[in-house]
Amino acid sequence: MKAFSRERWTALAFIAPWIIGFSVFLAYPLLASIYYSFCDYSVLRPPVLIGVANYRGLLVDSVFWQSLGNTLWYAAFAIPISTVVAITLALLLNTKVRGMTLYRTIFFIPSLLPMVALAVLWQWIFNGQQGVLNDILKKISFGFIKGPDWLGATEWSKWALVILAAWSVGNAMVIYLAGLQDVPRQLYEAAELDGATWWQKTRNVTLPMLSPVILFNVIMGIIGSLQVFTVPYVISPAGSPARSIYFYSMYLFDNAFIYHKMGYACAMGWIMFVLILILTMTALKLSERHVHYGGS
Amino acid sequence: MRISNLTAPVLAAGILAAFYYSEKVVQPKPRDDKIHVVYWEKWTSFEGDAIRAVVDAYNASQNRIHVDLLTVSGIENKTLLAIAGGTPPDVAGLYGPNVAQYAEDRAVVPLDDYCRANNIKRDDYIPVYWDMGTYRGIQYALPTVPASTALHYNKAMFRAAGLNPESPPTTIEELNAEAEKMTEKGPDGKYLKMGFMPAEPGWWNWGWGCIFGGALWDGRSRITANSPENVRAYEWVQSWSKRYGATSLNSFKSGLGNFSSPQNGFLDGHVAMELQGVWMYNFIDKYAPKMEKPVREWGASPFPHPADRPDLADTTFADEDCLVIPRGAAHPNEAFEFIKYVQSQKGMELLCLGQRKHSCLKKVSPEFWKNNPNPYVHLFADLASGKNVIVPPKIGLWPELHDAMTNAFDEIALEKKTPREALDAVQTAMQPKLDALLEIQRLRDRQEHRTADSSPQRHKDTKKSSPGTAGSRTSAHPRDPVALVTPSPVFGRGGRGVRALRLRAYA
Repeated sequence: MKAFSRERWTALAFIAPWIIGFSVFLAYPLLASIYYSFCDYSVLRPPVLIGVANYRGLLVDSVFWQSLGNTLWYAAFAIPISTVVAITLALLLNTKVRGMTLYRTIFFIPSLLPMVALAVLWQWIFNGQQGVLNDILKKISFGFIKGPDWLGATEWSKWALVILAAWSVGNAMVIYLAGLQDVPRQLYEAAELDGATWWQKTRNVTLPMLSPVILFNVIMGIIGSLQVFTVPYVISPAGSPARSIYFYSMYLFDNAFIYHKMGYACAMGWIMFVLILILTMTALKLSERHVHYGGS
Repeated sequence: MRISNLTAPVLAAGILAAFYYSEKVVQPKPRDDKIHVVYWEKWTSFEGDAIRAVVDAYNASQNRIHVDLLTVSGIENKTLLAIAGGTPPDVAGLYGPNVAQYAEDRAVVPLDDYCRANNIKRDDYIPVYWDMGTYRGIQYALPTVPASTALHYNKAMFRAAGLNPESPPTTIEELNAEAEKMTEKGPDGKYLKMGFMPAEPGWWNWGWGCIFGGALWDGRSRITANSPENVRAYEWVQSWSKRYGATSLNSFKSGLGNFSSPQNGFLDGHVAMELQGVWMYNFIDKYAPKMEKPVREWGASPFPHPADRPDLADTTFADEDCLVIPRGAAHPNEAFEFIKYVQSQKGMELLCLGQRKHSCLKKVSPEFWKNNPNPYVHLFADLASGKNVIVPPKIGLWPELHDAMTNAFDEIALEKKTPREALDAVQTAMQPKLDALLEIQRLRDRQEHRTADSSPQRHKDTKKSSPGTAGSRTSAHPRDPVALVTPSPVFGRGGRGVRALRLRAYA
């Protein structure tokens, strides 16, 4: 009995650093933020319970809806486009060409860039007056296409961010590439014996075998793009022009640290949590019929 | 094998030696018996040198207190977190418009009693710089360096367009006409130069209404974003988009370099006229010395006013940086001793001369004027002392109102909405927020009064100890009873009374 309990204490002592770290730095802040979301809390004054007033206030807050709309718009375009780009790149980089490692490195490099550097760099690429993107558009179209002022026009600013997201898909691409190399060789051989074309092989062998990886990346994409913050915040903290790139996390940050409305911000955080939960569950549910796992 | 046998111990010894040495280097110097006042300030480069000189002068002037100056970026956020975490500095250099927000949350210590005890009074200051530190009748901050704005213009561009460089526009109508003459378009339809544009530098996008005699609130309980003056001002803003094309203007602006660089639109001759502040001279000196020497190719003059409103002549936006004592500071009395030194004519002039600005004080020594390299320093001082001085609204809601107005400006300049629509939207969104804030304020005041009445003991205690010698509790201003009860029993765990009242305020 004594030995058993000592063993248990030893075990507890060994995992204590993790348990303490988790409770102090994760569990407590999480629980506290639930409580604060029902409080009027400016950080500088002690919180005062006000019931669901924060949540009710959000319902009629036009900036909240606008930032939520922007975020959903961004997610709706950035996720599919990035997924298609990443899979296409992975397929191309999975062929047998000389110097493939070099190409793989080149396409992976963008995702090694720090977000802030990336945002500053693309700000100049998208520049309406001297931007290199518009210059290229003009040259390849023989002066026919005059590119827009990407980050200065409300119609284009979100597209600029979608392009930027599609450019930095390196991480997803590498995961797809690993998935592609896991596709059993014999399936292709069988398909070839049946006389399948390249497209038929891709459609009926590669994509089904890749589907668990796609699902994983899409879910990570949902989480990532609903929380998009760094790049738009560096480009314009106010989401200019006219709050067209003012995203949910930016409004949350402003409420917490600029407007001193931490309770309101906590409420926003929990709404985002529920939203991500619902979207992820939906994605899992919808995928049931289309995702093929190796064993089944 | 033999090599690796030796390498490990040698490496380990080397690392240990390095640790030992680095520890020795960063060891704090032997403690003196002085009281150390921690002072957070945001300035860097020559602005930082100026405050360093003041701190050094103060430290040398006496041997009781030592001020430790620490340069802190993003000071308004870090001070907020430090106060919330209970480890604030003794003195923090905030921005003037932060004061209302911090005072509203009682995050800074009232300075009235200190000021009275040390004969620091409003009469000695250019009024606006004193008043920016006042919130609801209580002094929470004292100024460090002042700012005011004026029209800055490029004389070479005036001459090139056939305009008289010695007579800048005085009315909005003249500004419109002269700007048009200095605007140049390239063969591809892109603008090469602009005479003026309301969106550049874009720091007063919220305030154009003030140039036309408007305001954002009535000083009490009404947001006045959609007043006729404001609508008129933003119609003027939109007229630029209509005349020059909203997208062309935007694309031109996006091609201008960073403000703090030689590619700054005004400094490299892309924009002829700009609303800028007293600081602009420093940037000209640093990034475009050719505008200053051998011949001065720039000028500053009061910003133009609408021709039918001569009473609005000499309108200027005033701003300041200021010093506060955060709640929970370890040495508030010693902190004020240092603030007092900065407020003295000597300290103020050392600082403001170092930053090439005017002084916040009325009384200025002849040497200050003579040694100040900023050629327009008198103009900025006069504008700040004038009758049409604009400051951001002193309400806790200001950051939110500012963002709403900036967004409205974008919508108007991009012709997404008419000025009326955009300003109505600001009005509708912000008025309920102000109502809620004022309601909470009123209920809080009532609650605090009750607390103050029911605790005469505390009042007596504080009255006995004169400010300057009291402990960390500082002042008991009659209108700020809660100052001495933080953390107050009422707010400690959310007294039920306040909670109920607050619920009503939110409903």
